Amino acid sequence: MEIYQRVVTTFLSQASKPPFDETGDRFAGARPKTRLKPPEAASLGHRSENALVRFENVGLRYGMGPEVVRDLNFSVAPQSFQFLTGPSGAGKTTLLRLMLLSLRPTRGTIHIFGKDARALKKDDLTALRRRIGVVFQDFRLLDHLTTYENVALPLRAMGRAESAYRAEVIELLRWVGLGDRMNASPPVLSGGEKQRAAIARALIVRPELLLADEPTGNVDPGLARRLLRLFVELHRLGTAVVIATHDLQLMDQFGFARRLVVGDGEVTIFDGVSS
Amino acid sequence: MNEPISDETLAHVAQTVLRRDMPLIPSGSIAGNALVVVIAIMTFLACLTAGGALLVARASEGWRSEVLRDITIQLMPRPGDDLDSLVAKAVSAASQAPGVDRVRAYSAVESEKLLEPWLGTGLDLSLLPIPRLIVVHMRDRTGGELPGLRALLARAVPQASLEDHRVWATRIGTMANAVVTLGAALFVLMIVAMATAIGFATRGAVAANREIIEVLHFVGASDAFIAREFETHFRRLGFRGALIGGLSAIGFFFGASTLSAWWSHSTGGEEIAALFGAFALAPTGYLGLVLVGAAVTLLTGYLSRTIVSRYLRGLL
Repeated sequence: MEIYQRVVTTFLSQASKPPFDETGDRFAGARPKTRLKPPEAASLGHRSENALVRFENVGLRYGMGPEVVRDLNFSVAPQSFQFLTGPSGAGKTTLLRLMLLSLRPTRGTIHIFGKDARALKKDDLTALRRRIGVVFQDFRLLDHLTTYENVALPLRAMGRAESAYRAEVIELLRWVGLGDRMNASPPVLSGGEKQRAAIARALIVRPELLLADEPTGNVDPGLARRLLRLFVELHRLGTAVVIATHDLQLMDQFGFARRLVVGDGEVTIFDGVSS
Repeated sequence: MNEPISDETLAHVAQTVLRRDMPLIPSGSIAGNALVVVIAIMTFLACLTAGGALLVARASEGWRSEVLRDITIQLMPRPGDDLDSLVAKAVSAASQAPGVDRVRAYSAVESEKLLEPWLGTGLDLSLLPIPRLIVVHMRDRTGGELPGLRALLARAVPQASLEDHRVWATRIGTMANAVVTLGAALFVLMIVAMATAIGFATRGAVAANREIIEVLHFVGASDAFIAREFETHFRRLGFRGALIGGLSAIGFFFGASTLSAWWSHSTGGEEIAALFGAFALAPTGYLGLVLVGAAVTLLTGYLSRTIVSRYLRGLL
């Protein structure tokens, strides 16, 4: 509970403020304009054995087509924060799906939580997914369930009794500002509310790794920044965060974050600026 | 609105207003209702077929039992014979034979009456050589005592002939078995058709709920959990359909047995009664119909679980 209190206190402290001003310059490329280390100097990832995710020479092609991503070498360290960026269609979602193991690479090796993905059995995959929180680009909330039930879904899927997690879910919903929308179903929620419900669903299991696909894509800049602060706080509390976005202005607000820039099927890494 | 809330408030919110028991697979859908209707009709027809086969099997058991216990002694009149004394001798001999329960001789008038359906009434039949019949009712139906009776009768009344109806009994037994086999085959076909319909419906539901399956999959639900959710959903649909179909069939047989009691003396009523007995299912028959309903419910759940599990195996 204390975890959420800290996270959401930050989130709510931003809630009353007006959206941040958008006077900053927009730039065409995905490379950061702030003081980041150049790619040559940036580390290609954490090669230590305790990396949550490690890609080694990973490539993926669909059918007999060309490789959509190739020679991917990077890792995601515990308690790290990174943006995954690049132009639309560059392969950000594909990369996230590879990390979630919903796609198998056609070559190379993916290690997740220290295990070779190729050697994982179905039950192992289920156990690993319980350590990963996912925010889908299109939210993927279940329309016939209430907001409360949607957020509680991962816990229900683990077979936990409803009475055991009820207070936890209600509290999290209140903290993300959905306390009065618990019985509402997704079709009547606004875009921002759906977004927060989707994020709450990803957070409820207190994941070690959070994968978010364009989590700010459907909200106004103010809310986008507040949501981002939510992720940042989660990261400070120990969750490794990977956020796919092409919102350059937003990324500039969080210059400390590492950036994985996807382009032409490859990933270039820019380390963030230490604060 | 966002200040910390007390445990009491949480409990109050949870118990008074929170909707939290929705099944993960949406229950009310047109496809689901259609499946209930299909299962109800199929269960009704399967129960009807099974019940009909049981009725015929039970009735044929009754026929064969009676026919095989009864043996007819026939005495052809020959010139110079005193038929009445021959009948008396045959009755006496048959009564002494082992395994005989009772003996009844048809009188000359009764024998003539047996011909009335073919020759009409009001005819003087005294000029015709009408045979006399003696019905011997044996204690058992195996025919084991028949040689003894035959030998005894041959010594006492050589011109008497013995008819044990076994050819006739074999024929009607074969016919009854054919009807029962046909009923069983129809029952199996019904179940196969129903299983196919359930299979199609489950595949349709899997396709319609693919989004739900994938979300459950990615939030860490095990394959067994997802399959169980589908099984519960479909078993509930199967139960509703089986309940409607099974109760309708039970009502049908109950109504039919009541009506057949009224019709038993009407034209054709005896023939129907001969084929189906009293049209009344034994208590075990009704139990059989309940079992058919239960089996349909379990089959629906099992099939959906198998199909969903197969789909999930293909999902990373």
